[in-house]
Amino acid sequence: MAMTRKQRRLSVIALAAGMLTLATILVLVAFEDTIVFFHSPSDVVEKKITPGTRFRLGGLVDKGSVVRGQGKQVAFTVTDLKSKLKVTYDGVLPDLFREGQGVVAEGVLGATGIFAADTVLAKHDETYMPPEVAAALKKQGMWKPDAKQKSK
Amino acid sequence: MIAEIGHFALVLAFALACFQAAVPLLGAQRADPVLMQTAVPAAQAQFIFVLVSFLALMAAYVTSDFSVQNVWQNSHTLKPLIYKISGVWGNHEGSMVLWILILTFFGACVATFGSGLPNGLRARVLSVQAMIGVAFLLFIILTSNPFIRLDPAPFEGRGLNPVLQDPALAIHPPLLYIGYVGFSMAFSFAIAALIEGKVDPAWARWVRPWTLAAWMFLTVGIAMGSWWAYYELGWGGWWFWDPVENSSLMPWIIGTALLHSAIVVEKRDALKTWTILLAILAFSLSLIGTFLVRSGVLTSVHAFAVDPKRGVFILGILCIFIGGALALYAWRAPKLKGGGLFAPISREGGLVLNNLFLTTACATVFVGTLYPLVLEGITGAKISVGAPFFNATFVPLFIVLLLLVPLGPFLPWKRADIFAACQRLMFAAVCALIAMAATYAWTKGGPVLAIFSIGLGFWLIVGALSELAFRIKMFKEPWGAVWRRACHLPRSAYGMTLAHAGVGVMVLGIVAVSAWRIEKVELMKPSDRLEIAGMQIEFIGVKPRQGPNYRDDVGIFKAWNGKQLISTMEAAKRTFTANRQQTTEAAIHTFWTGDLYVVLGDKQKDTSYAVRIYYNPLAPFIWFGALIMFIGGLVSLSDRRYRVGAPRKAKAKIGKAAKA
Repeated sequence: MAMTRKQRRLSVIALAAGMLTLATILVLVAFEDTIVFFHSPSDVVEKKITPGTRFRLGGLVDKGSVVRGQGKQVAFTVTDLKSKLKVTYDGVLPDLFREGQGVVAEGVLGATGIFAADTVLAKHDETYMPPEVAAALKKQGMWKPDAKQKSK
Repeated sequence: MIAEIGHFALVLAFALACFQAAVPLLGAQRADPVLMQTAVPAAQAQFIFVLVSFLALMAAYVTSDFSVQNVWQNSHTLKPLIYKISGVWGNHEGSMVLWILILTFFGACVATFGSGLPNGLRARVLSVQAMIGVAFLLFIILTSNPFIRLDPAPFEGRGLNPVLQDPALAIHPPLLYIGYVGFSMAFSFAIAALIEGKVDPAWARWVRPWTLAAWMFLTVGIAMGSWWAYYELGWGGWWFWDPVENSSLMPWIIGTALLHSAIVVEKRDALKTWTILLAILAFSLSLIGTFLVRSGVLTSVHAFAVDPKRGVFILGILCIFIGGALALYAWRAPKLKGGGLFAPISREGGLVLNNLFLTTACATVFVGTLYPLVLEGITGAKISVGAPFFNATFVPLFIVLLLLVPLGPFLPWKRADIFAACQRLMFAAVCALIAMAATYAWTKGGPVLAIFSIGLGFWLIVGALSELAFRIKMFKEPWGAVWRRACHLPRSAYGMTLAHAGVGVMVLGIVAVSAWRIEKVELMKPSDRLEIAGMQIEFIGVKPRQGPNYRDDVGIFKAWNGKQLISTMEAAKRTFTANRQQTTEAAIHTFWTGDLYVVLGDKQKDTSYAVRIYYNPLAPFIWFGALIMFIGGLVSLSDRRYRVGAPRKAKAKIGKAAKA
């Protein structure tokens, strides 16, 4: 049973359409439950984020706020120079984690208003500022162009 | 003085590129051999000027000439020589010079060794290649000039970003760039074919080696980057579905599809317009990759401080090239004549399916990578799309694709019998089932998908090998005849077997690490012991050590198997003198069956340290698999069909080759 040229072309098109549909369904289902929102400490206050929500928190590590507790526990405060949020983290901090530097932490907001982070993100470059943090700081009118641009 | 020579050479290269972008193309349109011929010396001279420029920059780095701003920003006198050299491309400006160096090198190769190409095609290809050169040379000269002087010259440089001071990262960017830029050849050939309005098997025979070379280097470049992230960042992970990683993965996926569809053009003279589209897409995605990494529009663990002006410039280049190429495609592609017919179940059909899966998988990566950007533009909400998304979309598509991989080579051209192909794969299926049963018994259960995927790995490896066995009629004919057949098999057949088996090896590594990795994070005092994967890890203590431009705090660990010492490991925290920045130097002991991975963390208030210890089963298989794929590509590339000069002779024999 030989297929005509038209039928053959149609079978390829049908296959391609089926494939795209499958991919679209996969993507939509995945978007439902895998994406994580990004908030600054001010967003947490203003948008009244309910405890138990999982999100990424970004801002600067407040100077003098890092406290090492029992074992690997660390507590620090993330600020966007308007609001602050206390963060606890149980693990080893990345190399570029410093007071006064930008940080992005992923975790869950607890009922007591303390953010329990399970991931603290590292960056390759000391002068790099996560765009979200830069945007959050800009919003507060606190953004200063970094040293690199000054030298030009 | 040397810096000025470099700058001047760059400007001369730009002028030559402008000439080469216009004149040979005009010559080809008017069929004027003299104008067409100008492309050859222009492409060669352009390469030499860019090389002079590159060497000038390298000289400034090696001699630590801090009057050059770029050197001052990224180098330091105490740096070892290898990192002074690799520092040339360890920054934005220098890496763009390297990019253009590779681009012009490929152009010069076509000019020098392409005497077998039809004159018109060669002139057009070199013109298109020069257009890309014009755009990027202008980009360097206007926004990223590496030769800007400082007056007065500082005494000491600021030092290269410490995480980049590593042997793997010294060669990772060049490999990746050879891959990215290699697709520019496929792109130039595609555009030239569209202008010419002709695509034939000879065209595919010219495009395939370039695509293969680009694909090989991209494979090994991505693997190298992943390996580096694995041992340098100290997270023990090897792939993070990070935007920058994704942007190198997308051209790789489309490049893989192009590699396969070009076979159909070469052997069967079909799928022409589709192959042209893939060639355009592969290079477009390489450009998008460059844009995403260089513009800083996406949050990424690999992002470096960037200048937004450059992003806008690259975005402009992107729009012109991708938009222009696709418009030309829409206009000219319908005029290309379709070729050989084939039944849905046939080698061609299998390759179409392969292409559909690969492009769909690439589309999911594309959506996942760019969706946050689009959403922020529309609603202002900031989100991150991470591993869970890709595990739910990309991974299932790829699993189905990989299940089908061993089947493809068993299907003959034009029309195939699927049952006959399945029968020949019985042995591979049995091996896969045994592997699954053994894994189940060994791990006492474990995730179903992981056990299944171990079977998938064996299915791929044994499936690829059995195709080779059937080809040389192993076990069916006397050994002498088998040996003769094996000797006469084209090298591209071995290349394919190796590449497909390499994918299987990589799958085994990926699955084992993802499903059965063991992680322990503990506070350890000297002489403390910790049990992991049947081994005892003893923490001896920390001692300082001075390096050329850094100081290490070296944590010494001993791995014991009962009373027997396996290895003494040194995991360090490295502090660089120039900018007090710290990096982690993980200690890795590699067994055949996996990696023991030790990271020294922060010092606590007392004498204890936070220590992370991983056991990553089969981890080396991930990079070993990539290496096998690379070697497969290399073997395939050495096939006599692709050797220099071969296409001219092959053209006469095309009819014969198509039947083979």
